[in-house]
Amino acid sequence: MAVPAIEPAQREHWRARRWTLRENTAGWLFALPWIIGFVCFTAGPVIAALLISFTQWDVVNNPVWIGLDNYRQLLKDPSAHQALKVTTLYTVVSVPLHTALAFIIAIMLNNKLRGVGLYRTIFYLPSILPIAAIAVVWRWVLSPQYGIFNYLLSLGGIDGPQWLASPTWALPALILMSLFNIGGAMVIFLAGLQGVPRDLQEAAMVDGANWWHRQWNVTIPMMTPYILFEVVMGFIGTMQVFVQPYLMTDGGPKDATLFFLLYVYRNAFQFFSMGYASALSWVLFLYVVVLTVGIMRSARFWVYYEGQKG
Amino acid sequence: MSAIPSQSVTIRSKRVAPWRRTALDLAGRGALHLVLIALSILFLVPFLWALSTSLKDEGSVFAFPPQLIPETLHWRNYTDALTTVPFGRYALNTLFLVVVRVVGNLLSCSLVAFSFARLRWRGRDVVFFILLATMMVPHEVTLIPQYIIFAKIGWVNTYLPLTVPAFFADSAFYVFLLRQFFLAIPRELDDAARVDGAGFFEIYWRIILPLSKPALIAIGIFTFQNSWNAFFGPLIYLQDRSLYTVSLGLKQFQEENYTIWTQLMAASVAIMIPTLLVFFFLQRRFVEGITFTGLKG
Repeated sequence: MAVPAIEPAQREHWRARRWTLRENTAGWLFALPWIIGFVCFTAGPVIAALLISFTQWDVVNNPVWIGLDNYRQLLKDPSAHQALKVTTLYTVVSVPLHTALAFIIAIMLNNKLRGVGLYRTIFYLPSILPIAAIAVVWRWVLSPQYGIFNYLLSLGGIDGPQWLASPTWALPALILMSLFNIGGAMVIFLAGLQGVPRDLQEAAMVDGANWWHRQWNVTIPMMTPYILFEVVMGFIGTMQVFVQPYLMTDGGPKDATLFFLLYVYRNAFQFFSMGYASALSWVLFLYVVVLTVGIMRSARFWVYYEGQKG
Repeated sequence: MSAIPSQSVTIRSKRVAPWRRTALDLAGRGALHLVLIALSILFLVPFLWALSTSLKDEGSVFAFPPQLIPETLHWRNYTDALTTVPFGRYALNTLFLVVVRVVGNLLSCSLVAFSFARLRWRGRDVVFFILLATMMVPHEVTLIPQYIIFAKIGWVNTYLPLTVPAFFADSAFYVFLLRQFFLAIPRELDDAARVDGAGFFEIYWRIILPLSKPALIAIGIFTFQNSWNAFFGPLIYLQDRSLYTVSLGLKQFQEENYTIWTQLMAASVAIMIPTLLVFFFLQRRFVEGITFTGLKG
């Protein structure tokens, strides 16, 4: 009597196991495109870049192992320092401004207003247009004599600076331009704001909190995970700024907009010093990793996760 | 997903007298509109300015005060700009790159996302974590070895370095978005199909993909935008002018005609148009698509 009862159960067991095995294989097979891509286009190159950074190599001839020479050169290279300085300054100013502007606009658009769709489109558009075209357009917008920007300033009685032609104002000009690129962050904040529970706002209101208090004590804490995401992505993005200095200022005037990637590009593709360029890119990589980890670590002091409250 | 916004209907506290509430509300709304309109104008100024310049004659570009609306519309700037540099050719080149990249990305990212969302396999969570971590790797660091590899196998000055990686799910972000979308599809559908004898590929192809059209369309649009707008990749890999993309065409145009502002603006506006068209025709899809990015993991 017991035998026929066990057999189907055991058959079931084996069928389940066979299925698990097949699923295991299928899982790896389906993920294979990414795994191959990861090895060939990310992991391999990251390690290769480290190795190349210990060599002198123009790609045509064979690489020559020179140990840490590239890194020694880097420590003494004023252009490398300038590039790191410019990129850091740009990041430190533009990421917070950019995030704050996107957040404020998102809060304003998170109301039931007529024309919200139109506003959203207008704020979003600049961030999807070809960056090369935007760069060329802004060269003209910021033209000291004939540009619309200085004209608008002159209406307010301000004598606008030379912008891209001025070593002092070229970097601020690029930062100003970056503030028009808030679309992506705005949309993410808008999505996040829909997840802020109304009842919390209501409760705060009943307790007599005014609008500012409610934003500060309810909305902003609930939005901190999104803010963290935007700060990290914004930071990684600003570390890769290239097109604007390349097409608008060529790194000038007087290296005032010599962004890091532009300097890497020059070393690699104009001077063909692949070794030195790799050393530069690895330093930047470490810089990004250290700062990203730093930002993430700081998260536990200011980021509020809904999950933690249960 | 669509259930979330509908919660946000305003329910006001009952402590404030109703008449005061509406007055405050109206004033607040009015102020909000004013701020938003001012900001919108500010955001539009660069583009209106470019459009206006692109239709002026060479001389009135330097008029003071600047005219926003040109006296006569010089459409010739467009024909001149787009023929001095063969933008037609470049547009076709770019379109080719875009189409191949869209196909590659959709296929590879959805396959990989299916694996992470729907299949249980050993090591999956570790691999997924690595995938997320790659989003943080800046391109600079992989750039040079990639270039050298492509140079050694003779791919420089071809479209291969710009297209082949798309077939290997080179965008971790899209994989992540698709995975989130797939996770929301009820598992019972897979189980039912399995009972009917469907294999994994059939579940992916006949069940998951058709149900994920909005997400796939959104990612298709993102890829379109990114590929149409791409600058750095084409810059380092394409040398022959006959292979140039529109963005490189604009660079070439700027190098040759650094201060012919009318035509420079015409060329810039022209290469924005495809992006604008895609955006306006598919706007609803687009917005749907980006709201996925806001989904919590």
